[in-house]
Amino acid sequence: MSQQNLPLTRNSFGHLMFTDGEGKAHLITPVRAFPIAAPAENIGLINSDGEEVAWIERLTDLDEAPRRLIEEEMASREFIPVIQRIHRVSSFACPSTWEIETDRGATSMVLKGEEDIRRLTSPALMIADSRGINFLIRDRYALDAHSKRLLDRFL
Amino acid sequence: MNSQLNSQSAPLPSAYSDYLGPAVPDAWRTRLDPALESGEKVLASLVLDLDSQLHFRNGLVALTNRRLIAWSEAGETWQSWPFRDSQSLRHKDHAGVASLDLVDVDGKLAGWRFTLAQDPAARNLADRFKAQLECVLAGRQPQPPEPLTCPTCDAPLPPGTDECPTCAREIHTPPSTWTLFRLWRFAQPYKKQLLAGFILTLVSTAATLVPPYLTMPLMDEVLIPFQNGQPIDSVKVMTLLSGLLVAAVFAWGLGWAKTFILALVSERIGADLRTTTYEHLQGLSLEYFGGKRTGDLMSRIGAETDRICLFLSMNLLDFATDVLMITMTAVILVSINPWLALVTLVPLPFIAWLIHTVRDKLRYGFEQVDRVWSEVTSVLADTIPGIRVVKAFAQEKREVARFREANARNLAVNDRVNKVWSVFSPTVTLMTEIGLLIVWGFGIWLVSKNDVTVGTLAAFIAYISRFYTRLDSMSRIVSVTQKAAAGAKRIFDILDHVSSVPDPATPQHLPKVTGAIEVKRVGFRYGNRTILRGVDLNIAPGEMIGLVGHSGSGKSTLVNLICRFYDVTDGSIRIEGMDIRSVPVSEYRRNIGLVLQEPFLFFGTIAENIAYGKPDATREEIIAAARAAHAHDFILRLPQGYDSLVGERGQALSGGERQRISIARALLIDPRILILDEATSAVDTETEMEIQAALENLIRGRTTIAIAHRLSTLRKADRLVVLDRGQIVEIGNHDTLMEKQGAYFRLYEAQTRKLDDDAIGGEPRVPEHREHASA
Repeated sequence: MSQQNLPLTRNSFGHLMFTDGEGKAHLITPVRAFPIAAPAENIGLINSDGEEVAWIERLTDLDEAPRRLIEEEMASREFIPVIQRIHRVSSFACPSTWEIETDRGATSMVLKGEEDIRRLTSPALMIADSRGINFLIRDRYALDAHSKRLLDRFL
Repeated sequence: MNSQLNSQSAPLPSAYSDYLGPAVPDAWRTRLDPALESGEKVLASLVLDLDSQLHFRNGLVALTNRRLIAWSEAGETWQSWPFRDSQSLRHKDHAGVASLDLVDVDGKLAGWRFTLAQDPAARNLADRFKAQLECVLAGRQPQPPEPLTCPTCDAPLPPGTDECPTCAREIHTPPSTWTLFRLWRFAQPYKKQLLAGFILTLVSTAATLVPPYLTMPLMDEVLIPFQNGQPIDSVKVMTLLSGLLVAAVFAWGLGWAKTFILALVSERIGADLRTTTYEHLQGLSLEYFGGKRTGDLMSRIGAETDRICLFLSMNLLDFATDVLMITMTAVILVSINPWLALVTLVPLPFIAWLIHTVRDKLRYGFEQVDRVWSEVTSVLADTIPGIRVVKAFAQEKREVARFREANARNLAVNDRVNKVWSVFSPTVTLMTEIGLLIVWGFGIWLVSKNDVTVGTLAAFIAYISRFYTRLDSMSRIVSVTQKAAAGAKRIFDILDHVSSVPDPATPQHLPKVTGAIEVKRVGFRYGNRTILRGVDLNIAPGEMIGLVGHSGSGKSTLVNLICRFYDVTDGSIRIEGMDIRSVPVSEYRRNIGLVLQEPFLFFGTIAENIAYGKPDATREEIIAAARAAHAHDFILRLPQGYDSLVGERGQALSGGERQRISIARALLIDPRILILDEATSAVDTETEMEIQAALENLIRGRTTIAIAHRLSTLRKADRLVVLDRGQIVEIGNHDTLMEKQGAYFRLYEAQTRKLDDDAIGGEPRVPEHREHASA
């Protein structure tokens, strides 16, 4: 796998710019094709018209500089907090307010209905809250006993 | 550009006199107030719940009449941006996170992140920023802003909040855990029958308690004297025996009456519950159905109501009888001999404790059993309608495996519940035996001391053997109550769900509808995806609008919003100048005719299907509608004509035929507004021509909004509206849009190119748009 250098820059508005083979600059957004199953692979660079201008097979194939730019950009756009612990739930009937600990800090969320807990490829779960934030549980069997017991009541 | 601020001037209370929007939390007030200059007024604020790295952390952005200030996490100070020319606030959202960026011509000055919960506040801040900046730069006095309205129900928000009190309550209040008591709402109409049933239960239970009491004189006054050498008093024996018989017959009659009355009532409660749930379900918005699986909903309405009904008629009744019997028995026992009664009652609290501990475990288990069970039915509901796809891809084995897996999960959960459950019953039986043992032992001791007679002991044994068996059956109430409560919860989950397209509290009524529709700054978000934003469109009465755009550009969503299948997230849709949310839903929809891509025919005759929107239509009206829809001829060719059965189990009709029936259905209600959602997409071009002719009859004189993938179908449209990623990019008729060489031109080119390619490969055909292009 050869290292790949992508002509990427960040403009003063904070947007990522990509210069294609013909020297044309595109305002681009990196988009993961498999955000949960394979986050570091298959990343598309999409321009403002929604067209794909470049495709990255693997992030690790990229040079340090463009990789950092893409990772930064994705980190600032992507928001799927991973639930690490469930402290407390207000009730076992929905809607229920959960006090949780995530990789992005402690917060609370309102679960509107059990159907908002979606089973991804086992053992992952995706939980959508009333604000539209998607919370991820990577491995529901790996949670601590307390969280597991609370979670089980909703599954 | 950023200036550090010193806290010096004490803020005046008037600093918030022009404030609008969600109030600044007190915790922030203590920081914000000292940062204000004297005479500076806070106009709006935004509490941030995320930081720039998207961690959950609080922050604040505030707009004053002079500048924008924000708390900097890094410096622990306020940063400020005084108003300057060409500044603007850019508001965006993506995947559940919104951002607000302050930019000028040279670049980004600052940016903030927050969740969509703060979105209304951010919008308010951005709007006021724009207005204030313009005024400051022009040196004008700013206009007092309009009060904010709730994005869901359009009611004005109380000052200082961004949540509508009614809408917020619906989201955050969990239903009470005493779910079963909520069934009282359904029991109320049957109060009299229930009272009668209760009295009958009381009396019949009392009647069953008479026989053991009679064993006492039978033993002490007949049998023991006989053993001691006295002759049997046959009159006494006859009296006692007939007393036993009368009590038994009496208990039988009363028991029959009470069971019958209460079963009758519970059956009716169950039926009411079912109907109410279904009725409520029909009132819910499409959003609800989008998120639920058909199998799950079907099982809730069918199986759960049945279970609740069974619980009310059998288990609850038994339980009430048991409680009565235990209380009465206890009273009788105490009145006979308090000491022996005390010993008899000793195991009772212990058994009660046992019941209590198992309760939680079982409830949880049974809830899981329910859920797993609907998972099994969901697999069925998923695959049986899709059976053609399953077979076409030869995936039968995989689907069977999926079903087996769901079943295996069902077994696993059931096994776990049964493990607890199976220990439970024998334990109660063991308690009973031990209890009896204690009573025997203590009783014999009392008899030996001549404290009680043998008859009394015999009566006690007779009573408590009943008593304990009741406890055993009472313990069963635990599981059935939990099952019924879980079922009731699932029913009330539906009943508690408030339609997201609510009928207005104070409905206004539509004047005569001419068909004028005004779409004003409409935005729509589904989950965390923004589908439409800032859509403005005025549609004149009788105008035909064609909606054009790539798939996913928001065409169908816009139409769904106009039909009010969903409510807009921002902005409003007005008909005849009235917000559609202020008009009762059914009254509004009566004015809309809808023809969908996949026409759905219900099981029934063709005539019934055509008259679906107007069940009292005469035969002549039905025929007239069918003629206008060019459906009359093919209907007459069917062996049973208009009486032919169609729908899931009925006559097979072609796509074009079904579509024409659905056009006739729309024609019959004579709507002022007509919506054609890809009405001709599912059929071949020849059938499309037939349908087109039918559609022309339908469109005449009505406001029409048509979505079509084939642009040729829209050549009659007065205006074409081109949507791209949720926004209107072009409006105009075919010719002007072609001249403009913009988005429409590209779409059109792409399609004609495709048609030409087809023409080269297949039969040559003349594109239908040619006549229009030359006209």
